[in-house]
Amino acid sequence: MTTAPADTGQRRHTGDGSPDRPTEDGRRPMTASRRANRAGLAFVSPTFVVVLVVVILPILWTVLLAFQHARLVDIQGMGLFGHWTLDNFDQVFGSAGFWSSLGTTLLYTVGATFGSIALGLIAALALRKPFRGRGLLRAAMLLPYVAPVVAVSFVWEVALSPQYGIVNEWGRRLFGWDDPIAFLSTRAYEVHLLGLHFDIPLALLTVIAFETWRYFPFAFLFILARLQAVPDGLEEAALVDGATPTQRFRHILLPQLMPVIALLCVLRFILTFNKFDDVYLLTGGGAGTDVAAVRVYDFLTARYDVGAAAAQALVLAVALMILMGLYFKFFGNKVQEESS
Amino acid sequence: MSRAQFEERFFGVLRWIVIAFLAVITVLPFYYMLLLSLKPIDALLLDPGSLWVSTKDFTLSTYRDVLRSTDDGGQGFLKFLLNSALVSLGTVALTLLAAVPGAYAISRLKFFGHRQVSALFLAVYLFPATLLAVPLFVVFAKLHLSSSLVGLAIVYVAQTVPVAIYMLKNYLVTIPYSIEEAAALDGLSRLQTLRKVILPLALPSLMATGLYVFMIAWNEFLFALLFLAADPGKWTVPLGLAQLSNGVEVPKTVLMAGSVVLTIPVILLFFAAERMLTEGLTSGADKS
Repeated sequence: MTTAPADTGQRRHTGDGSPDRPTEDGRRPMTASRRANRAGLAFVSPTFVVVLVVVILPILWTVLLAFQHARLVDIQGMGLFGHWTLDNFDQVFGSAGFWSSLGTTLLYTVGATFGSIALGLIAALALRKPFRGRGLLRAAMLLPYVAPVVAVSFVWEVALSPQYGIVNEWGRRLFGWDDPIAFLSTRAYEVHLLGLHFDIPLALLTVIAFETWRYFPFAFLFILARLQAVPDGLEEAALVDGATPTQRFRHILLPQLMPVIALLCVLRFILTFNKFDDVYLLTGGGAGTDVAAVRVYDFLTARYDVGAAAAQALVLAVALMILMGLYFKFFGNKVQEESS
Repeated sequence: MSRAQFEERFFGVLRWIVIAFLAVITVLPFYYMLLLSLKPIDALLLDPGSLWVSTKDFTLSTYRDVLRSTDDGGQGFLKFLLNSALVSLGTVALTLLAAVPGAYAISRLKFFGHRQVSALFLAVYLFPATLLAVPLFVVFAKLHLSSSLVGLAIVYVAQTVPVAIYMLKNYLVTIPYSIEEAAALDGLSRLQTLRKVILPLALPSLMATGLYVFMIAWNEFLFALLFLAADPGKWTVPLGLAQLSNGVEVPKTVLMAGSVVLTIPVILLFFAAERMLTEGLTSGADKS
């Protein structure tokens, strides 16, 4: 490639935007801050336009659609502003299982967020000090996170299958299970413990376990990076003072890790709350795992009811915002500390 | 034995148990996937608990079945691989093109409103994909862009631009300002500085970001399902695999072969650039 085209491009650029020389009418040259201001706006505008067109405008349109009668068949002739209505919300709030699905979503999200961060923390502590093969294990541990969700959810499905799954087979051999357990399609599994009977939501726990497994590497990465930045002197001092490992963890490491854990809580909570594919692929939303994101998809594809789908998505987003608002009210400082 | 001694010993042992446990839960599922893809379905049904494949059972016919085109009675995954590659590479190119100037601006230039723009880009990252799914579904139906790979790539750009900006920005702030001042003294304009000085320096970060974007696009399932489900010729690998699983007559071992085919490109890329990727993702996480 020659440099000629680039040079002409450059000249054009300085011609347009360069405020270096005094302007014809003799005003003073622009100050550095004004120049930076202009350059900044020029540089940010392409990105801003892209984000506006592919993200922000569609989101705003979702809000509009949620207040209109909109089915996919009549969307062709519809203007941007149709007849306003609250029917979609009636439908969403009134539909069978809305509140239970919101509860399921919350349980799923809290469980998976807590699980993945706890496991990530344990993993980061175990892999903190070097040992032979640590690099390899660290890389291998990221596999669940980078592998395609479709592939890994199939592996879980096959492994947990009551007919040909390895888990049930080994469960029978090692623990003497009488009947194979249908992990992904059992809404309530009866457990007998100390003469008591109670039901556990097995399918829901399984998808939480899946989500924990898939996303603990993410928490692990961030916590490990933060752990390695903890100054050595701190811990050495505690060691000299005779602090036990639990004490060192509780009083030295945990305070250092709190900001990054708080940030991870927010990130994982938001991302899990909106998660669609994991649950959809594993259970299809059946057996007590009908999280809200799957309902949006159902409204959209089973009935082509765009308005109801938009309303459901909007309710989901608002619920999330309320939860986030509460979180920041109580833990805001820690997150701020980390992201600033 | 004092409490400290007990704890040291206890956690010394526990650490190795945890390490072994982590190795098992992360490697075993992938080994299981590979294993099942290499045996015929009868062998699986006969002995579901087996952790290896005997030489007499070993077969590659599952892969032949998955990769062969549908005309030859296979599942046509070669075609899906091509579609996935096109969409993912297109997404990487478009996303970087859109993200680089913005990331540069918010990391370097103090322009009016830069805090707000920066916060906006971050907020967008956290908006639910389901909020986007509805309007994009409608727009693409209107423009007759549904079941088009170009349309899908554009949707993926919406998914990846925010995180790309975030990763690039975290790296760009670590490049010393003096380098840019030196470039300015040498008479380079800002655009030239960006192209000739900053971008080469940021190459590791660009690669890491590109790789991450590629993975997101390669693994994505929801939008592929929404947009392409009706048109088998356009399916990406994740969609092809998911649709395959709905067919009752496809043996699970063939499905596992499909899973391996879907997973291998991502894993190869990932191991080639693991260090770069993890640093790119977590940069900024270790400062307090």
